[in-house]
Amino acid sequence: MRYGRLSGLLAATMTGVLALTACGGGGDAENDGPASLRMTVWSANEAHLKLFNEIADEYRKNNPDVAEIKFDPLPFENYTTTLTTQIAGGNAPDLAWIFENSAPDFVASGALSPLDDTLKETDGYQYDDLSPATLKLWRNDGELFAYPFSTSPFGVFVNNDMLKQAGQKTPAELIAAGQWNWDTALAVAGAAAAESGKAGLVVRDFDYKGWDNLATFWTGWGAQAWSEDGRSCGFNSPEMVEAMTTLHKAIFTGKALPGPGTTADFFAGDAAMTVTQISRASLLKENGFDWDLVPLPAGPKGPYAVVGQAGLGVMKKSPHAEQAADFLAFFTNPANSAKLAQFFPPPRQSQLTAETLAKTNPKLKPEQLQKVVIDGITNGTVKPSHAGQAELSQQVRAALDPLWKADADVKGVLDGVCSKIQPLLAK
Amino acid sequence: MTQTDTRVGPAAAGPTPGRARPFWTTRRRDQLTGYLFITPQLLGSAVFVILPLVLVVWYSLHEWNVLAGSFDFIGADNYAALADDPNLGPVLRSTGLFSIGLVVLNLGLALLLAVLLNQKLRGTIVFRTLFFSPVVVSLVAWTIVWGFLLQDNGGVNGLLDTLGVDGPNWLRGEGTAMLSVIVVQVFKNVGLNMVLFLAALQGVPTDLYEAAEVDGASRMRQFWRITVPLISPTIMLTSIITVVGSLQVFAQIAVLTQGGPGTSTTVLVYYLYQQAFQFHHFGYGATLSILLFVIVLALTVLQWQMRKRWVFHES
Repeated sequence: MRYGRLSGLLAATMTGVLALTACGGGGDAENDGPASLRMTVWSANEAHLKLFNEIADEYRKNNPDVAEIKFDPLPFENYTTTLTTQIAGGNAPDLAWIFENSAPDFVASGALSPLDDTLKETDGYQYDDLSPATLKLWRNDGELFAYPFSTSPFGVFVNNDMLKQAGQKTPAELIAAGQWNWDTALAVAGAAAAESGKAGLVVRDFDYKGWDNLATFWTGWGAQAWSEDGRSCGFNSPEMVEAMTTLHKAIFTGKALPGPGTTADFFAGDAAMTVTQISRASLLKENGFDWDLVPLPAGPKGPYAVVGQAGLGVMKKSPHAEQAADFLAFFTNPANSAKLAQFFPPPRQSQLTAETLAKTNPKLKPEQLQKVVIDGITNGTVKPSHAGQAELSQQVRAALDPLWKADADVKGVLDGVCSKIQPLLAK
Repeated sequence: MTQTDTRVGPAAAGPTPGRARPFWTTRRRDQLTGYLFITPQLLGSAVFVILPLVLVVWYSLHEWNVLAGSFDFIGADNYAALADDPNLGPVLRSTGLFSIGLVVLNLGLALLLAVLLNQKLRGTIVFRTLFFSPVVVSLVAWTIVWGFLLQDNGGVNGLLDTLGVDGPNWLRGEGTAMLSVIVVQVFKNVGLNMVLFLAALQGVPTDLYEAAEVDGASRMRQFWRITVPLISPTIMLTSIITVVGSLQVFAQIAVLTQGGPGTSTTVLVYYLYQQAFQFHHFGYGATLSILLFVIVLALTVLQWQMRKRWVFHES
């Protein structure tokens, strides 16, 4: 019996330890005393973090109830996965950046606290200055769940040196001649690729996997991944078939885009043009090649713009949700929004002027800012997003894979995409 | 389960009135020491193995929406969903294909290399080191480098080009993507099995070969009749390790193909990861991990049972 008693004692101790271990993660012992706030971000850029910390230090001076504000950079590639794993593990941050493609999931699930009251009640916040177009994605049932701290339009960065060497007109010249459309852009890119042996046009972050970046292309044909209400598939619409047929020809016949499995970095001088967000201007090297930034080429439906967005929200599970919302209001007030504008195009209409943006974007000329940034934010279509986006995105990627072969049946593949995702859209 | 103190003496004769027996007897002290020694390991196993195992079973009975914060008991619904999952068939097929390809290529190549390196020739130590060195390289670094080599304009096709061969787009073709992942994994780990086979080969008594030679047995016959039976315990061990390892492949898929093209390289562990961590279906992900556990357990038990036929020195 002695063995039994001793074993029993140990087992009881173990159970206690296990229970403590299992329950320890979710405690909110920090509820009393000054709060310590944590914001997850996907930028580890030193200049970004320096600015965030300056704003946070200024906030803490007047708010002794907040002892610390920590910015926690998570890897860009796995950001949403890491964030949801932290939430699942009972270690949710107080504030979090959110990609536009996971906006519907976060906004509709109730994971975020509504912000309207805090923002409207903050002195000098100028809530009505926020452009309504930029808030659409972050609203649910009339309430705002995240602040669109970055609304970054897509444009085309151009390596003028490479185009001139290939004897091609630059996009600036094509724009002046009223000929800047996808037909001429792809022809110029194909010719530059043939001449240089490098890549013509790269849709950055697409790499035959990140298909949502192709919205920067097919929107010119008036195509959409799915309908406005998100319930019907748009991949096999006539507009999409036409757009994807053009793209397929450009890849496999015109060689205007690098083929699958080939990488080329525009900013390293490997490509003549790239479609990407203007926030990538920071990758341009001093004294590098002669570059330009121009709006997306016009499609058959005329000129258009596409924007990518990022939101900032307060997690409902945060034990300091109130202080976190108050800090968010300070972080995004007019003065700080102007400071953040050097990296992240703001949603404030008063700050969306070429003059204001030029002060903080020294690499971009006023006309570039007007044509690409301001017009893009005001008129742009946001990249596709849907509830359950990760699963949809994976299904679309897998179903689109057969398209990336020279002998693909474009219409057949696109029909296949719809038959795969329609059940998910109809849920 | 009553234990008695076997020491002879007045203390063992029973409690003496007025003189209490000390609590910390030698036996109790020994017991405590023993338990204290195993406590760190026991705690580690309990917290990082047993508790997660129990929790995974519990999670598999729930619908867990991380974002909404809901955790609803749904009984066996996740298990019923397994049967209706249209993706599960292709996923299990890819998993089987990967496992069979890996086991056959890895064990075959490891045995061939071990036999070649077991010859008394100059330079075998250099080759042994060369073949073993990938085992100590970081798996992710190894896979990333191979990812560059296998690109359409990468090193492998560049090499083929110099030989006048137009190489395929390795990681983008449905057939070649799986082959590429298998070969990358074989080259990574073949050295470990090779060393195990080499040790086993060097343990085979040479007099058996001498006797066989006297009897006129050919080299091939000696290999099948002497070498293979005597190293069969090692073949058994390496095949179990390789099969179990093949079912856990993740990093190579995540880095090289992300399960594509299509779903041709979506193996069970990668699918489980997608469901739980990308699609936020944690309950269904837990169910898939139990399916994986059952498959690994069944295959291990099967191999263990078959050792009676395969393994030479066991009855």
